[in-house]
Amino acid sequence: MSEQKLQSQTVQTTGHAWDGDLQEYNNPLPAWWVYTFYVTVVFAIVYWTIYPSWPFGKGWIGGLSSITYVNSAGETKTHSWNTRALLMENLNKAAAEQKPYFDKVEAMSYAQIAKDPDMNGFILSAGKALFSDNCAPCHQAGGQGKIGFFPNLTDDDWLYGGTYDKINETITGGRHGYMPTFGEVLTPEQIDQLANYVASLSGIGHDAAKAAAGNTLFHSETAACYYCHGADAKGRKEIGSANLTDNIWLWANVPGAATAEGKVAAIRGVITSGLNKGVMPTWGGRLSPEQIKVLTVYVHELGGGQ
Amino acid sequence: MQTGLEEQLGLYQKRIPIFTRSVKGPFRRFKTSVLVLAYAIFFLLPWFPWSRLDAPAQAVLFDLPGRRFLIFGLTVYPQDVVWLALLLFIAAILLFFVTGLVGRAFCGYFCFQTLWTDFFIWIEHKIQGERPARVRLYRQPWNREKLLKVGGTHALWVLASFWTGLTFVAYFTYAPQLVVDFVTGHAASAAYITVSALTLSTYAAAGLMREQICTYVCPYGRFQSVMYEPETLAVHYDAKRGEAAHGRAGARAGQRTLAERNEKGLGDCVDCGLCVQVCPAGIDIRDGLQYKCISCGLCIDACNTIMDSFGFPRGLIRYDSEKNLASPNPAAPKLQWKRLKTIGYGVALILMSAYLVYSIGTRGSYDRVVNQIRQPLYVVLSNGDIRNRYQVHITNKAAQDQTYVISASGIPAGALDLGNFREITIKPGHSGLVQASVRLAPELAEHTHRFELLITPRGKPGEVRSETVRFDSPKEQHE
Repeated sequence: MSEQKLQSQTVQTTGHAWDGDLQEYNNPLPAWWVYTFYVTVVFAIVYWTIYPSWPFGKGWIGGLSSITYVNSAGETKTHSWNTRALLMENLNKAAAEQKPYFDKVEAMSYAQIAKDPDMNGFILSAGKALFSDNCAPCHQAGGQGKIGFFPNLTDDDWLYGGTYDKINETITGGRHGYMPTFGEVLTPEQIDQLANYVASLSGIGHDAAKAAAGNTLFHSETAACYYCHGADAKGRKEIGSANLTDNIWLWANVPGAATAEGKVAAIRGVITSGLNKGVMPTWGGRLSPEQIKVLTVYVHELGGGQ
Repeated sequence: MQTGLEEQLGLYQKRIPIFTRSVKGPFRRFKTSVLVLAYAIFFLLPWFPWSRLDAPAQAVLFDLPGRRFLIFGLTVYPQDVVWLALLLFIAAILLFFVTGLVGRAFCGYFCFQTLWTDFFIWIEHKIQGERPARVRLYRQPWNREKLLKVGGTHALWVLASFWTGLTFVAYFTYAPQLVVDFVTGHAASAAYITVSALTLSTYAAAGLMREQICTYVCPYGRFQSVMYEPETLAVHYDAKRGEAAHGRAGARAGQRTLAERNEKGLGDCVDCGLCVQVCPAGIDIRDGLQYKCISCGLCIDACNTIMDSFGFPRGLIRYDSEKNLASPNPAAPKLQWKRLKTIGYGVALILMSAYLVYSIGTRGSYDRVVNQIRQPLYVVLSNGDIRNRYQVHITNKAAQDQTYVISASGIPAGALDLGNFREITIKPGHSGLVQASVRLAPELAEHTHRFELLITPRGKPGEVRSETVRFDSPKEQHE
């Protein structure tokens, strides 16, 4: 239809003729398209005046819209619109929404928080977020820790104590676990005897004769293990020394060894070289007391506490 | 950039204005009844009171911030989305079922585009008068009368559109408060945006675009045509009777009675054009079945009126099937439902509706989800015991506070530790989270792979629900 129409009518051309007779139609753009184009031009100008747009000197033209927020140092800042300021503003808003809950946390005792279903829900969600941001890099996402590096928080063994107050103290002040190097003090035979004794405490396969000798050595002044681990070898929570009679292993990878010899060798390794890497950083000052309180309840729930 | 060429090249077809003539008859009455009923429901439902403990007293309230839909005594939560899916499936199948039987009945009588257009035409008719008056007004130059009448029509259209938008928003918040807030400028910005968008779109669709929506925009109208079968009843012009041997002809002297017309070989159609004048889609049904026809039946009413006035038999335009019209001896038109497709749609419709009713009727008063904590899957405790931990999530869907008791079966008593929450009280519409842990001796842990967690609403032992959960232990891992 259109073809016939075009042939029967005189249509506008661009006015040029190439190669004698080659001409180009001057077909108009659809009106709706043209007007939409004009609208986009107007929109762009409005957009430039409201939002940051053109580079200007060393900076740029900021636009009319601005964002006011409070930064982490507590200063109120006003910036022309940008996504970072927007994020800060949103964080301010989120913090304001969380504040009533944190206020409640501050006002309530640990026992009250643990019994309140609403607060329990808040601890599980806010605590998880805080834990994931601050604790999970070492203690892992679920708090399961890593043998040889970071303690497991989901078991029932607490080096420094698992009460609310002790957990809070640990988070606020940090910890530094230390065990001297016995490789320089004791002979390899003596260390082997001690390792067999420690293995016997947890019911792991061992040499009975060596273990008996190790028992004597453990309580003697030569090795003096009982100074820290206690005469019953159950550890002392005041200094964070390990309970050697249970099934929980932090430094010696006993569960990871397949044979009884391997397990004893793992224990031997720890006695020989000692430990100076059980460092937990200080969180007081980095986190607010309420945040630490939330984390305390969260960690307490992970392992069932004490 | 108007060059004047658009017209010549014909990029777009210009709308030919349609001025429908009003008509009386059973189809008009049916359409009016549907319109009144649908409008009564749509416009009045948000104002229907319904007392509730924890929500505004509104019978139908889609409480988006509260994440729930309150429909009379029923509260629907997001996890019941399967009901919505089912409802949409049922609506789709119902459309297929009805279209296969009686054509585009939805378009002609129930579609909101049809209803609102009908209502807008009614307003236009009330202000500007019957078709000839409207055509005259359209053709006359702009003067005081035209300005008043056309302006008044558009003003009423905008008002009706505005009230439509406001009513829609009233379903999402407490209606009386909304109206007050809306006027005083305190309503949510979403309310203003939605009302403006709906006012504009209703005004444009029902006032300005009308049949163009059905012709160019609506996909349903188009895909319903593939559901027509030869047996489907649709609005048809009986061409054999209307045109006869020498076509239709006006009822001039000498060809007024049936006997005279038969003698001359003229059809029964007196070519009065009334069927075209009443058509809201602006088509001529005598051209045959066509995609623009929304099957509203108004041409049937119009033609029957004329047939009656001439004393001719009714039904020159009628609901009939293509098959029946094409047969040498057409029978009386009747509903042909004994077809595989129709019966299939019907069965699907009954099954899905029955399931939806069953599902809503037997809905629980609470939802529960039990997740095993997977990091770590199990913990070896200091005495060698194995501990697994779980999160129990309970949502109270009842209308009052409810206490839930959690217990376990398949493991020794005392193995389940719920901390401080052996039972938990949850407010209506809220959720509660309980951490549970299970501690088993190594020998027992080795043989325990699954056990049951039981959740019992206090005082309703019949509503106890059990969840089978896994128990993991190191031995199992090595295997």
